[in-house]
Amino acid sequence: MMTETNEAGIFKQVPSPFCGVGTDDLTIKVEDTAIRVIENGCAVNTPAFEQPLGDLKPRVVGKKVELKDAVDKAAEILRSASLPLFGGLATDVNGMRAALSLADKTGAIIDNMNFGAALRNFLVVHDSGWVNTTLAEVKNRADLLLVVGCDLESLFPRFFERYIWTADSMFLDDTGKRQVIYLGKIPSGFASKSPSGKAAKVLACPDADLPQVVAVLRALVKGAPLNITEVGGISITELQRLASQLKKAAYGVVTWAVSALDFPQAELTVQTLCEMIKELNRSTRCSGLPLGGKEGDQTSFQVSGWQTGYPSRVDFSAGFPEYDPYLNSVESRLADGSGDALLWISTFNVEKTPPKTPVRKIVVGRSGMQFDREPEVFIPVGTPGIDHCGHAYRTDNVVAVRLRKLRESALPSCSEVLSAIEQTL
Amino acid sequence: MLIKLTGGTVYDPKHEINGEVRDLYIRDGRVIEQPSDSKIDQEYDLSGKVVMAGAIDMHTHIGGGKVNIARMLLPEDHRADPACRSELLRSGCGNAAPSTLTTGYRYAEMGYTAGFEPAMLPINARQAHMEMGDIPILDKGGYVMLGSDDFLLRMMAAKKDQQAINDYVAWTIHSAQAIGVKVVNPGGINAFKFNQRTLDLDEKCAHYGVSPRDILVCLATAVKTLGVNHPLHVHGCNLGVPGNKDTTLNTIRAMDGLPLHLTHIQFHSYGTEGDFKFSSGAAEIAEAVNRNRNISIDVGQIMFKQTVTASGDNMRQFANHHHANPKKWVCMDIECDAGCGVVPFKYRDKNFVNALQWAIGLEIFLLVDDPWRIFLTTDHPNGAPFTSYPHLIRLLMDKSFRRDMLATIHSDAARASTLASIEREYSLYEIAVMTRAGAARILGLSDRGHLGAGAAADITVYTERDDKQKMFEKPDYVFKDGELVVRNGEIVKVTWGTTHVIRPEFDPGIEKSLADYFDRYMTMKLGNFKIHDDEIREDGRGNLTVHPCRIGGPA
Repeated sequence: MMTETNEAGIFKQVPSPFCGVGTDDLTIKVEDTAIRVIENGCAVNTPAFEQPLGDLKPRVVGKKVELKDAVDKAAEILRSASLPLFGGLATDVNGMRAALSLADKTGAIIDNMNFGAALRNFLVVHDSGWVNTTLAEVKNRADLLLVVGCDLESLFPRFFERYIWTADSMFLDDTGKRQVIYLGKIPSGFASKSPSGKAAKVLACPDADLPQVVAVLRALVKGAPLNITEVGGISITELQRLASQLKKAAYGVVTWAVSALDFPQAELTVQTLCEMIKELNRSTRCSGLPLGGKEGDQTSFQVSGWQTGYPSRVDFSAGFPEYDPYLNSVESRLADGSGDALLWISTFNVEKTPPKTPVRKIVVGRSGMQFDREPEVFIPVGTPGIDHCGHAYRTDNVVAVRLRKLRESALPSCSEVLSAIEQTL
Repeated sequence: MLIKLTGGTVYDPKHEINGEVRDLYIRDGRVIEQPSDSKIDQEYDLSGKVVMAGAIDMHTHIGGGKVNIARMLLPEDHRADPACRSELLRSGCGNAAPSTLTTGYRYAEMGYTAGFEPAMLPINARQAHMEMGDIPILDKGGYVMLGSDDFLLRMMAAKKDQQAINDYVAWTIHSAQAIGVKVVNPGGINAFKFNQRTLDLDEKCAHYGVSPRDILVCLATAVKTLGVNHPLHVHGCNLGVPGNKDTTLNTIRAMDGLPLHLTHIQFHSYGTEGDFKFSSGAAEIAEAVNRNRNISIDVGQIMFKQTVTASGDNMRQFANHHHANPKKWVCMDIECDAGCGVVPFKYRDKNFVNALQWAIGLEIFLLVDDPWRIFLTTDHPNGAPFTSYPHLIRLLMDKSFRRDMLATIHSDAARASTLASIEREYSLYEIAVMTRAGAARILGLSDRGHLGAGAAADITVYTERDDKQKMFEKPDYVFKDGELVVRNGEIVKVTWGTTHVIRPEFDPGIEKSLADYFDRYMTMKLGNFKIHDDEIREDGRGNLTVHPCRIGGPA
């Protein structure tokens, strides 16, 4: 399905697989295979869409070959491996379906490139659960946004424009009156400033102090007496005020991005936030909004979830899916020597190349990818949402966007390549 | 290819065939009349075997966001039931929240050939279809959820005419690729977003000034007027609340003859009598169902084991989260559309309430007279995983087994139930009605659920046994669209079923106000919201089957 386009090669309302927040209002101009974002671009989407097309031909040990030869070689590598590792897993729904089918057949371990960070959320889900919301609820209902431990606008440049400082909201008279509060990291720019010029409130502290600060905030929400005057450089009075604001808000939203919570046992901080949100819901409404969804990570977790029961780091070598969120990382399986071949899947971002490893490597990657060390097999594939249709999940887990084909590049899709490898086995 | 099934004892309620020895002929995936002179390519001797159409589960949570949340919540549950890969089958996991692949295999192994996801949020329908697209063998379909979506409530608050609402309902059925419409806790999921904690039938959503009664009448009218075959599928107010039988009875009265399907009615049939202030309302509910022919129900039987409850009703799931076992749960508000709540449960036979819930479900099964208007469900996985069906069938068909089981539950609950005094045993014919012919009829699947000429050859063959659990656990043969997919309870071929949908007519003018609403309030463009046919078909194995609307509705 091609998006409707006028004669000038202009595509409107194009959804993005890159930004994680489901932006679908891009206007894109395609000339031959060159893509230009001409409306509603951002620092994440524009370069990702405009990345020029690179190699169209697969390579085996650096030599250009026909697709069939590259597929044969890849199959040979997987066949001779005793424990293949499938890393990256940055692809669309069909690409992930094909990866899981191939992993099941070859007895591989799968591990998404962002799972190390995502695990900070998944451990909370496995252990205690959460109360969450989605972007349209934020846009229409949130009267308070608490941003914990991340610089929202550098990760999601259009978040404030699309979901907070919106012209319309069903249940708020004036979206400019939403309260925005940062806890931990300081915003790098001014996106969080309201249209009338009101800056976000910032309660800054070093990342290392976030576990304590969040624990104190939860205690204050619960009304526990505390015998301290400050934590992480933030006064208890300020935190007490924040606790009261959360309780008074009609629909508070607490957001975090696990990629930014990069400190040991960050899952405990996420859990503390999530338990605090549950406790707030005894009297008012409050919801979490975990942010991620880049490099197709949410897509990969979802598809793996419905086909195996587990989000990632699944070992198929025993003939059934075994989940171990620590032992089954590509990193640890390369370090302990048990993984002896690597299939790296990365169809969105040419910068996301495979880890350095001496094991035999197959890369199914976005055309244009450059390597420090040439993998044994490189198969350039189309990018979902540019070269072929597909589906990608948004950060809020509920919404899958339909990705469109914008150009004819002759590149195969990741799913076609992986299926061909499986057929060859 | 012409296949002959010779000499089986056929139960085909649509044609009032009750255990008659018949030959069946299959060609090109369809049941055909006896051909005059064709050569039989393959013959199965079914003498002494029981032959029914493939079973249809008309209410089972097999796809969509909340199911996947349930999976993510319960790694330990999957570990307890790993499903191994074979030459033919993909690996996966079973139990309470099985993987999609294992779901298809296990349903087929029990003789089921279709399953319908009852709670497809419009915004999440794409995911539901993608998950169902990874369920092998079964046909599938979904009921799209309305009734707490802000667009509908805004229309109702603005007193838009019924015709405009019908257009919106039809547009949503198209966009979500649905076969029916469901409402869950009408207005309640929405009210919870405004911090209302209860919403009884005549309470108003504070923001919109609309009551569940208004919503039910409005949607049931739309569904009827549009000619949607399946009556409005209703998960009522006050799920699980002691005394909710009165809400259910009032809901039936409120319909004033409009067709309505009350789902998992067991969870809505509670009284407040006795020391525990929790009692069975089954007799009153069954009587009301018997008396009102516009009402159909499925039961939502519970079983004593670990499961997980996954519901759109986050208002009630939040209220019930204290019962989570293990102690973890998820609630979500979703896209001004609806919500969901996922709470693991372990129903225990020595717990008074759980034990009585079990008895209430069985009482309803046994007190409702007309098997064409009651369906066999556990509301998978909410009451129990679907793999409990053979056990449930035995409970219905075998009163001495039922009494043995009754003797093992909490003794006060057993005493509080009339179950011991109920003599009824379901016949094979009635089971075939409830799980085949009736289910196909209420969904408008004219070529499924029966064995007449022209029917899709979805056929299950059992060996009759005294132990009905054993009988229904392991069919001798299952044919899906004429292909043998199961032999002796094991998959021998993996096929891919179709997705059943309906496409009522509507005035496309509704898209004007929808486009404006999407641009202003939603986070997706209207054009990107609609699910196109190629999304379901493009993988080469998915397909769509469009069923005509009921006569009386628009063409």
